[in-house]
Amino acid sequence: MTDAATTMNGNTGGGLTTRNSGEAVRKSLKRRYAAEKRFQMYGILAIFFAICMLGLLFTTIIGKAVPAFTQTMINLEVTLYPQDIDPDGTRDPQVLSRANYRTIIRQAFFDLFPDVTSRRDKRQLFEMISPGAVFEIRDQVLKNPDLIGERVTIQMPLSDDIDQLNKGQIDRNLPEAERRVKDKQIAWFERLENRGLVETVFNTTFFTAGDSREPELAGIRGAAMGSLFTMLVTLLVSFPLAVSAAIYLEEFAPVNKWTQTIEVNINNLAAVPSIVFGLLGLAVFINFFGMPRSAPVVGGLVLALMTLPTIIIAARSALKSVPPSIREAAYGLGASPLQVITHHVLPLAMPGILTGTIIGMAQALGETAPLLMIGMVAFIVDIPQGPLDPSTVLPVQIYIWADSPERAFVERTSAAICVLLAFLVFMNVSAVFLRKRFERKW
Amino acid sequence: MNQSISQDTTGATPVTQSDAAPGIKIKADKVKVFYGEKQALFDVDLDINENEVTSLIGPSGCGKSTFLRSLNRMNDTIDICRVEGSIALDGEDIYDKNVDVVHLRARVGMVFQKPNPFPKSIFDNVAYGPRIHGLVDNKSDLDQIVQTSLEKAGLWNEVKDRLDQPGTGLSGGQQQRLCIARAVAVSPEVILMDEPCSALDPIATAKIEELIDELRSNFTIVIVTHSMQQAARVSQKTAFFHLGYLVEVDETEKMFTNPTDERTQGYITGRFG
Amino acid sequence: MSFPVLFGVLALLTIFGYFLGRSRALATAGGHVRNLHSLPNYYGYYIGLWCAVPGFLLLLAWMGFETSILDGMLVASLPADKQNLPAAELSLLINDVKNLSHGDVTSREVVDVALQDAADFYAHIKSMSKMLLTGILVVLACGGILLARQRIAPELRARNSVEKAAMVIMIICSTIAVLTTLGIILSLLFESLRFFEKVHPLDFVFGLEWSPQTAIRKDQVGATGLFGAIPLLAGTMLISLIAMCVAAPVGLMAAIYMSEYAPSKVRGTVKPMLEILAGIPTVVYGFFAALTVAPFFRDWGLDFGLTISSESALAAGMVMGIMIIPFVSSLSDDVMSAVPQSLREGSYGLGATKSETIRQVILPAALPGIVGSLLLAVSRAIGETMIVVMAAGLAANLTANPFEAVTTVTVQIVTLLVGDQEFDSAKTLAAFALGLILFCVTLVLNIIALTIVNKYREQYD
Repeated sequence: MTDAATTMNGNTGGGLTTRNSGEAVRKSLKRRYAAEKRFQMYGILAIFFAICMLGLLFTTIIGKAVPAFTQTMINLEVTLYPQDIDPDGTRDPQVLSRANYRTIIRQAFFDLFPDVTSRRDKRQLFEMISPGAVFEIRDQVLKNPDLIGERVTIQMPLSDDIDQLNKGQIDRNLPEAERRVKDKQIAWFERLENRGLVETVFNTTFFTAGDSREPELAGIRGAAMGSLFTMLVTLLVSFPLAVSAAIYLEEFAPVNKWTQTIEVNINNLAAVPSIVFGLLGLAVFINFFGMPRSAPVVGGLVLALMTLPTIIIAARSALKSVPPSIREAAYGLGASPLQVITHHVLPLAMPGILTGTIIGMAQALGETAPLLMIGMVAFIVDIPQGPLDPSTVLPVQIYIWADSPERAFVERTSAAICVLLAFLVFMNVSAVFLRKRFERKW
Repeated sequence: MNQSISQDTTGATPVTQSDAAPGIKIKADKVKVFYGEKQALFDVDLDINENEVTSLIGPSGCGKSTFLRSLNRMNDTIDICRVEGSIALDGEDIYDKNVDVVHLRARVGMVFQKPNPFPKSIFDNVAYGPRIHGLVDNKSDLDQIVQTSLEKAGLWNEVKDRLDQPGTGLSGGQQQRLCIARAVAVSPEVILMDEPCSALDPIATAKIEELIDELRSNFTIVIVTHSMQQAARVSQKTAFFHLGYLVEVDETEKMFTNPTDERTQGYITGRFG
Repeated sequence: MSFPVLFGVLALLTIFGYFLGRSRALATAGGHVRNLHSLPNYYGYYIGLWCAVPGFLLLLAWMGFETSILDGMLVASLPADKQNLPAAELSLLINDVKNLSHGDVTSREVVDVALQDAADFYAHIKSMSKMLLTGILVVLACGGILLARQRIAPELRARNSVEKAAMVIMIICSTIAVLTTLGIILSLLFESLRFFEKVHPLDFVFGLEWSPQTAIRKDQVGATGLFGAIPLLAGTMLISLIAMCVAAPVGLMAAIYMSEYAPSKVRGTVKPMLEILAGIPTVVYGFFAALTVAPFFRDWGLDFGLTISSESALAAGMVMGIMIIPFVSSLSDDVMSAVPQSLREGSYGLGATKSETIRQVILPAALPGIVGSLLLAVSRAIGETMIVVMAAGLAANLTANPFEAVTTVTVQIVTLLVGDQEFDSAKTLAAFALGLILFCVTLVLNIIALTIVNKYREQYD
């Protein structure tokens, strides 16, 4: 009891003896709670930093991308003189598509500015119109040859510099030498605006065209198709291979040196830098087997090897999560091992396998480095029609555009990133959905 | 999660007892514990005497561990857990919002079912409490505390030559005594023990029981046990819990010879549990 | 017919074989399934396999070797003086011939008769090859079907055969991972050995100077180029170090906060956000680094009178660090949740605060696992390509100054291999030697890390 009495009155100093330490603890509390708060603050700061960076990344890219979805056009009235287009009146599409529409545009455009006479000025003036304007007329004429001889108003794109000027990306207050648009061009553009000929429209070219040296004519269609073919090859190769491998390793493989080797291999392969897979593709597929460079087929194979470990690991854990009781029940009814797997285990594991596959494919879709190695970085204007045609893919297109000096390509790069991210978000959301929808608790 | 971070510690000052009867260390009054929607304890009233061993017995899931854990607010670490009623330590409600859990737990230490030494050296395990609470100013004081604590836990002679080796390398019984030494080193007023011998062999168990009896002179001890023999051997007072209710509490001797409630009798004689 | 079409034909034949097998089996059994050894489906699969497997192998082999064989035939058909051209010119010539045979333009202004002849010959052998392939394929597939059909009888143990075949196919599939690793090692090693014939391995590994441009003319100065990998390795280390300086504290603290402090609601929103960070393609980070972060640092340096290169190691390293944050945080989160709850309770039971428990109990207990995950993160930083390609420099500076531009192993691999190059030059082969270094370093890091992490997991299982 005496001991207890000292306790209740609290004691000072450290507890060398058995006296209790309430008082000493209380003294330390303030300092300790300050440390606690500080520590917690570090954690919050860390998360805050990460989220800020995420926010910064998204806002800069989306902010830069927005202007790319519009394009400045001019509504130009042109006269389609038959002698320029189809002097013999054949209406042969071959002739129509080879006609010299450039002079027609030149004529019509110069007519708007009768005061521009010197050669140099004329050249600067004509630079304001995109080289792609001729295709607008050609397409119209090919679609409707009856227009020949008429005077029609055709909407055609202005050049990227004028487009940038119109979107306010070029500072008109800078000295003339420091900007790409000359004072005269600004004045001419303002005249066009005042006459109501300039219009800003949704940039459909961006979604329908292939790559181009001219920003206003460049689009992501070619890269998107390339990505599609590449992903198709990747999926067709990696999914069956990975699922078969996972089934064998998880359900049938004996535990021995060989299967252990395979397992260690798969884990290590998952962590090999992607560029090494590119080197493999270059050395084996292109140089040894002589497969075509820049083809989605090769890209797809390389990415398939790269995603293989991801899918195998996901598929194995999905198979593992199917309880053994199901297998036992099926074996008990006399099903063969393969029947047990194909009839019972695989269907139950499928949502998990698919989730892993989608995540692996999303990784592959965003992958760039290995594709650079196998030549998918070439400048390709045509939209690929199949997995053997030379093509590029979305992330590589982003890389190519990011390297281009024109200011207008910055917007297009950002816009292409937005498109790529949209695909990735869609894939990941569907993976999450799949997991939630079919998640089973045993 | 609900661990209060209040810096205001004035409320935790142990006032000189007026309302608590002398000799009563902890007084539980109408304690109810909920896990989410489910109620685990119903109106438990229990007085725990100072410098005595009180044992809590009852079948699995009867709420005895829950009650024990509410005595030093270990339940705070469980998100969905909620405690109603009052538990007074030296006459002061430990669930009062002015009470600081860190301070409370320094006064009410705990030993767990499974020995859980930290993955550190034996010395660092015992020194952990005094270090974090700032109980010592210099190395020699710390050495002294570690030695006394290990001596009290009856472990000193077995480990004095290998204090720098990991605590996880000891045998199960030694680990549990290390955990007791670790708790003792903070010089708490109360030590809670949650089935401290359930993971141990009979010889180690006997040692711990002996130890508990020795510790009684300096500490108030509350022990949860599955074994009625153990309760009979070590405790002065026994409380029997069943389905969340405190069925009966009495002197241990009386409880085991002449229980009043027939559920107690049934449990003691081994008809259920 | 092109390969996709041929694959389609094979698939159709296989399906036909399947139905043939089914009906044949039923017919031999007199329409009663119980007379058959296996279910009728299995007889279908039986024929299907006999049809598909040989055809599929044939197609793969043809796809793999067609080009090299045709090229060989083309070269053999050329006049002797053309055959003896240097390898680079010969490959250009072959390219022209191929383009000509497609009717495309060539790099030559004048197309001479010999070239046109070669092109015609190439077009001819190419179509021959396709016809031959189609013929063999159809014969092989139909032969398989007929052969298998012969064998179908009620006693045929079709299920057993099919399952045995399926097992063999699965075993082959499971070895793909090993074959890939083997392929990587062999191709890197083989090309590196060729590189080491031109550049001494010691000069490569310990050389302090990297300037791989080979001369166009033989008599130019520095025609051999300098291939000392040290500046690249140093640059890689510098950038990885900066990345880890960002990722390790931020990732670790984020993981601690999320696993120990955050209420479940916060965790539920923050965790997916960090995962988004992990899912962003690296080319996007590269663009972000080059467009936003690097100019920011450069301008910031100007304000303080520092010269920060616009391709500074700092910008690339920092963005790489941001990319690795979720990697570190999710791995260390796993590691820390593996620390048993009893240790936490033991510490709380003694009156420790949360941060004391984390710092003095959980972190030491989780240390091996955390070290393992940091090593994995380092290996990822070393192998990361796009961020450095877009934001780091090309010049190989040997410096430890984070404000200067450095280059990395991966950057050099990309620069050496992008664009058309003859395959035998030291420059191209150097990329493979660098790849070999990269592969070895990351492999060693991964093996160490995985071993540590696995040991750690076992400890608490």
